[in-house]
Amino acid sequence: MISPTDQIKMYRQMLLIRRIEERIAECYGEGKIGGFTHLYIGQEAVAVGAINALNQDDNVIDTYRDHGHFLVRGGDPKALMAELFGRVTGCCKGKGGSMHLADAEHYFFGGTGIVGASIPIAVGLGLASAYREDDHITMAFFGDGATNQGVWHEGLNFATIWNLPVIFVCENNFYGIGTDVRLSSAFTEVHKKAAGYGIPGYLIDGMDVMEVRQRCEEVVRLVRGGAGPALIEARCYRYQGHSMTDPGRYRARAEEELWRKRDPIPRLARQMLDAEVVTQERLDEMEREIEAQVEEAVRFADESPEPGPEMLYEHMFRERYPSDPHA
Amino acid sequence: MREIRFYEALIEAMAEEMRRDERVFLMGEDIGLFGGTFRATEGLMAEFGERRVRDTPIAEAGIVGLALGAAFGGLRPVPELMTMNFAIVAMDQIVNHVAKMRYMFGGQFDLPLTIRAPGGGGTQKGAQHSHSIESWFVNAPGIRVVIPSTPHDAKGLLKTSIRCDDPVLFVEHERLYSVKGPVPEESEELLIPLGQAETKRPGRDVTLVAWSFMVHDALKAAEALAEEGIEAEVWDPRTLDPFDWDALYASVARTRRCVVAEEGWRTLGVGAEIAARLQEHLFHELDAPVQRVGAADVPTPYARNLEQAALPSAEDLFRAALKICT
Ligand SMILES: Cc1ncc(C[n+]2csc(CCOP(=O)(O)OP(=O)(O)O)c2C)c(N)n1
Ligand SMILES: [Mg+2]
Repeated sequence: MISPTDQIKMYRQMLLIRRIEERIAECYGEGKIGGFTHLYIGQEAVAVGAINALNQDDNVIDTYRDHGHFLVRGGDPKALMAELFGRVTGCCKGKGGSMHLADAEHYFFGGTGIVGASIPIAVGLGLASAYREDDHITMAFFGDGATNQGVWHEGLNFATIWNLPVIFVCENNFYGIGTDVRLSSAFTEVHKKAAGYGIPGYLIDGMDVMEVRQRCEEVVRLVRGGAGPALIEARCYRYQGHSMTDPGRYRARAEEELWRKRDPIPRLARQMLDAEVVTQERLDEMEREIEAQVEEAVRFADESPEPGPEMLYEHMFRERYPSDPHA
Repeated sequence: MREIRFYEALIEAMAEEMRRDERVFLMGEDIGLFGGTFRATEGLMAEFGERRVRDTPIAEAGIVGLALGAAFGGLRPVPELMTMNFAIVAMDQIVNHVAKMRYMFGGQFDLPLTIRAPGGGGTQKGAQHSHSIESWFVNAPGIRVVIPSTPHDAKGLLKTSIRCDDPVLFVEHERLYSVKGPVPEESEELLIPLGQAETKRPGRDVTLVAWSFMVHDALKAAEALAEEGIEAEVWDPRTLDPFDWDALYASVARTRRCVVAEEGWRTLGVGAEIAARLQEHLFHELDAPVQRVGAADVPTPYARNLEQAALPSAEDLFRAALKICT
């Protein structure tokens, strides 16, 4: 059973992701955020349910769709917004941007913009744990599209032969940009795709945060206990376009409507209200608190300075040499 | 001083660093039981066991990616790519991830991994197994490129690379493995700082810049030039990133002439960068245009005569130097 406190915490985290991303979309429209920005709206239950099943010193690694995971892991909303605004107070000092959030303090090893590429890195984090015989596990998030990349298969194979404590979490939202998974994948049931590597696969409802949390806790227990790698396929849906520049013409309205009816946020609210875990007043209050938190993050980002020109050549290497380029 | 072979120097370097630091471990294809394609890890599995000398599947992007992840996790991996040719398969992990993740995450992580890769041509291995592509990695900021020419340098630089807190690509030439040279006894710690060139032969008339196997061709060319009354200096940068520019400028300012030799393709090679910097910094000190010697811009052909025609030689260096010295 997930405790009432934990239910409220997860609700708050999902709502924060939702509201901050809605605001990110506005800021993008105002030209305050540049480049590629991929929203997580609709999929919040996956990051929230799965990451809450971990310990604070377990590792998490991610793709470019990384705002949600960053926040759940404990990343500061102000540092997120400032990073998107390209400010020195951002989590990566403005050098990463939306696709490359990272947070060493919270064991969040970042977003990569290269589909599938985080998988062997995740397995390497698992290798470090196995090598040291500590009991940390690593959780890697990726999309359905990533499962057709070569390195995805390489990573799973490594994880099995070395029996590494890695949980692969596929957020199957049924599309890779505009391509239906049925057109891109020989085999669309991702959770069965790991069978060839002897890795158990679990299919879960990624629109139900309680299910995600409970099923992930079971898998975490197995993996931490030395059972080796596991794959979780969380079926979910992104409500927005692939990125900010996607008009989304490839999806049927009816399909979108169907998934909107399963929105994980009102769903948990209903469950909590029915079970009298929370009152409507408390939910309304939370909404206002989050709105204030989001506005504070935007203000913080807006008021933060850009990285100075002297930072252009900073952070290249730990050990510097006279021939290194410098400002 | 005792003489050992290049591959033996590498084994010593890895063994010493593994004894010194529990976080150092090796991984690669056929490096354990088999002892390494070029014997460069021979005996290490016997001493350190399967935990620290890990035979991997044939999956180069995976090998580099895992090593990177392990570095994120606080270890100091020394992955071996069976050859440099297969670095091309792992290019995304090396260039997009290993080399970028420190900078792009605002310096939050140290990534101490040393990727060893044997490369180079001249042994009729054909178009896909003869690469000298160090310039590709010098072009990509964020990874050090170390490329020794002697057993002594190989040992001292590999030890320093493994201790370095940043990613290093350590390039070994396949024709160097059996080369013998003086190396101090194991009881004497041999560490060579990155970014320090060494003059392999002093001279006053022309600077021959060469690294890796080409150093030995340059030494031969210098012998031949001496018979023509030309005293050539053979200057080995030893590491291409960082690069000892000041030492190069000092040498060329003295000799006023320079030939750059590399085994990689000539077009946009490291030599092109060196020539460009020399004219930027020393235009008025130069008595002749900087000459470049490099591989013909073709996939390396198999036939012995064609391969020799494609790859640069001591003869090419000799002629290039003679042209600007007379
Ligand atoms: C190697 C690589 N190829 C192509 C792209 C362009 N691209 C970015 S996201 C994406 C779709 C990925 O789909 P999926 O893995 O399902 O993740 P989702 O975006 O649905 O979360 C593509 C093709 C990329 N970033 N990297
Ligand atoms: Mg997808």
